Amino acid sequence: MTVGIVMLVHTAFDRAEQVARYWAAGGCPVVVHVDSNVSVKVYQAFQQALSDVPGLKFSRRHRCEWGSWGLVAASQDAAGLMLRQYPQVSHVYLSSGSCLPLRPVKELQDYLADRPETDFIESATTADVPWTVGGLDQERFTLRFPFSWRRQRKLFDAYVALQRRLRVKRRIPKGLVPHMGSQWWCLTRRTLEAILTDPDRSVHDRYFKRVWIPDESYFQTLVRHVSHTIESRSLTLSKFDFQGKPHTFYDDHLQLLRRSDCFVARKIWPHADRLYETFLTHPNQLQDRNEPNPGKIDRIFAKAVHRRTRGRPGLIMQSRLPKQDWNGAVTAAPYSVLQGFDDLFVDFKSWLETATNARVHGRLFAPDRARFAGAENTFNGALSDNATLRDYNPRAFLTNLIWNTRGEPQCFQHGPGDTPQILEVMAYDSNARISVISGAWAVPLFQSGTGFIDIRDTAAHLQKLETKQLSLLRSQWVRAHVRIWTMADFIEAPMDMLKQIVDDVGRRPGQRLTEAPQMVDLKGFSAFLQRLKNEGMHPHLMGDFSVNQMPQGTNPSSLRPYLVKR
Amino acid sequence: MGILQSYHMRLRRKRLLFRALRKDRELRPVTNRTELVRPGDVLLFSTQRNELLRLPFFLKYYRDMGVNHFFIVDNDSTDGATAYLEAQPDVSLWSTQASYKRSRFGVDWLNGLQRRYGDGHWCLVADPDEFFVYPFCDSRPIRALTDWLDTCGIRSFGAMLLDMYPKGGINDEPYRAGQDPLEIAHWFDAGNYSITRNHQYGNLWIQGGPRARTFFADKPKSAPALNKIPLVKWSRHYAYVSSTHNLLPRGLNQVYEISGGEKASGLMLHMKFLNTLGEKANEELARGQHYGDGREYAAYAEGARHNPDLWCKWSERYINWRQLEILGLMSKGNWA
Repeated sequence: MTVGIVMLVHTAFDRAEQVARYWAAGGCPVVVHVDSNVSVKVYQAFQQALSDVPGLKFSRRHRCEWGSWGLVAASQDAAGLMLRQYPQVSHVYLSSGSCLPLRPVKELQDYLADRPETDFIESATTADVPWTVGGLDQERFTLRFPFSWRRQRKLFDAYVALQRRLRVKRRIPKGLVPHMGSQWWCLTRRTLEAILTDPDRSVHDRYFKRVWIPDESYFQTLVRHVSHTIESRSLTLSKFDFQGKPHTFYDDHLQLLRRSDCFVARKIWPHADRLYETFLTHPNQLQDRNEPNPGKIDRIFAKAVHRRTRGRPGLIMQSRLPKQDWNGAVTAAPYSVLQGFDDLFVDFKSWLETATNARVHGRLFAPDRARFAGAENTFNGALSDNATLRDYNPRAFLTNLIWNTRGEPQCFQHGPGDTPQILEVMAYDSNARISVISGAWAVPLFQSGTGFIDIRDTAAHLQKLETKQLSLLRSQWVRAHVRIWTMADFIEAPMDMLKQIVDDVGRRPGQRLTEAPQMVDLKGFSAFLQRLKNEGMHPHLMGDFSVNQMPQGTNPSSLRPYLVKR
Repeated sequence: MGILQSYHMRLRRKRLLFRALRKDRELRPVTNRTELVRPGDVLLFSTQRNELLRLPFFLKYYRDMGVNHFFIVDNDSTDGATAYLEAQPDVSLWSTQASYKRSRFGVDWLNGLQRRYGDGHWCLVADPDEFFVYPFCDSRPIRALTDWLDTCGIRSFGAMLLDMYPKGGINDEPYRAGQDPLEIAHWFDAGNYSITRNHQYGNLWIQGGPRARTFFADKPKSAPALNKIPLVKWSRHYAYVSSTHNLLPRGLNQVYEISGGEKASGLMLHMKFLNTLGEKANEELARGQHYGDGREYAAYAEGARHNPDLWCKWSERYINWRQLEILGLMSKGNWA
């Protein structure tokens, strides 16, 4: 009673030889199949190299192209030879030349001896698994595939399309329910004999010759027909990438492979000297006959697939330039943009810094320079405050800033006169939270006391810019979370609005919002607006300030500490 | 892409190849050891001039990585670099006195050599001050990468130029022959790069880093391009267009993913900013053989006189490739 090893080899013959010797030395009969694409010279040299190994045979050669029937034919012949030549074989283990045994042969033999009736083969119905790559699952079994997917892709695709169009459907031989799974199995003598000597074998073979990737479905389907005890899993550890290609293991996977407790792993990089050296001389001995546990190492391979298909949101780099991220985000994390607040309140930034846990910047897109928090010249990631550099690619400036500070919420002030292109980027970014007090730009003008002619022109200019901004922010395509108040509305109940902002940005833990920021003195502001009107410049963005009405913000009572009840 | 445009690109590629053929005559073989090259070998192509100081470490770095053979064009060196390279067992050397500028900064020469010797091989193009870093480069040789790229059917691999600089004036600590330049220049900018697409060739156009921040802050458009595609499974029908920034056919420039995921990529650590810069800049300025009439070198020569310090508070100190991948400068893609 032992396990026989079938090896399908097409490359890296020195490694295949090493592994074949290892199995043979452990007392396992070995049957080797060499792809008939391999030149006769190489084949003979390989045969010669292994000629001194007792209990090793070569089986009839087939042409093995990925996804073709050859692989199945090779497995059939090799397994048949194994059963005929070595009557002591009770299980046959199908492996490839790039498989590497991880545990001692004895442990595999014992493991199988404990389960003499069990067939280890991954086998699932197509409807229940999402494995298939390329969109062909059930159709693998109902269409014909005479063309090579690798070499004749256009013909392959065209023929599939034609059959779909003509609604051609092959009849699946009676009694068979298509199943699929990993091609690396370990079957009992009884099951294999039943499959290979089935009176209907010629019917089965003829059918599967035109199925796509039959090596993943031939034994997987037929085993359901004949076996009593199926363990639907492969004893060979093998991980697949997003295109269905197997991952390769390298020297640095040594610990990972040890932890898997699997008997055999594939594929191993042929130059992974340390893996071959380690596992073939000191295999992973496990005292307590552990079950293989490939799940332990799933995480890093699942992460690789995720990185390749989704990537890190908000990251823009040399090998990732999404048109837009999948969640509608342009940037890596939520951030807040505040317009008008620093005009209306004295030292608003330090107030917000105290109230929240965010990094609060000044106007990052100010015309003269990027006003980073703390008035720094550079910021995370060595971002420069130079306005020319920033405006050369403002979108990159924004995405860089948010990526560089991931983990720390960012908040910055904005104004109508700031870099014009950037608002559009932010408006379409689901991470942006934009709050605007419209018309607040008039407050610094009101306070400035410069010549009224200049003020009038500036006001007209700013009003025009902000009107444009607001219409952009109100368009139906906007993804950002937008809040717009007129200045008149805002100063009616500033604390309620501020509370929303602070909650947005993220309240500093343990900090209660007790103190309102100090509003600038608006005494005379409505008169100022009236004067603008009298000059023919009608300021409309700040809402209604009637001439006699004292804006509430200037009411001394609202300057007192203000308690918000939660 | 329209048929007309495809055809236009095809013509352009043919013209580049023809040009390479013509410029090939300028190269005089010094030592040709190309019979040593075996199928599957990874080859490195480089142009150099008066880099004797840098060559020992350069060759060691790439030998350790698993590069099998070096193809070097020596452009009229006067510092003994020619003799040094001639004595190396894995270097094939050509020399020329012809104009660097008129060979389009060495591109024509290397296109010619790659066409002759690179067909079917993975070819890496690196200047003596560029050091290739790729995912797992500390535990897997370059052959592991190229084998994996072959398995995935990928023909080209991107590696952005990452400018490295010392803390303090660049003239403060002189570089010694054979020394790892990382011992001196181990700082870099982690997150100030600007990326746009070049629609003509389909490659990315990347600018930024310390050079944009200091020398080109007020004329960012002229800041040097940092995008590179230095590793390609070469075919004699391929041609680099401008430096290793882009090549034809255009499909080779698709080293980035546009639908959200990350493709695998590496970096070229650029060790330009050592004490050797000032001398180099003056020399190159005098020869007038560099890109954009040496505007870049004029800026460096001017800068180097004042012993510039590129370091800032937010400079990042180099640790290893994993750090670069976490920072988002390169990616493992689906290589695990």
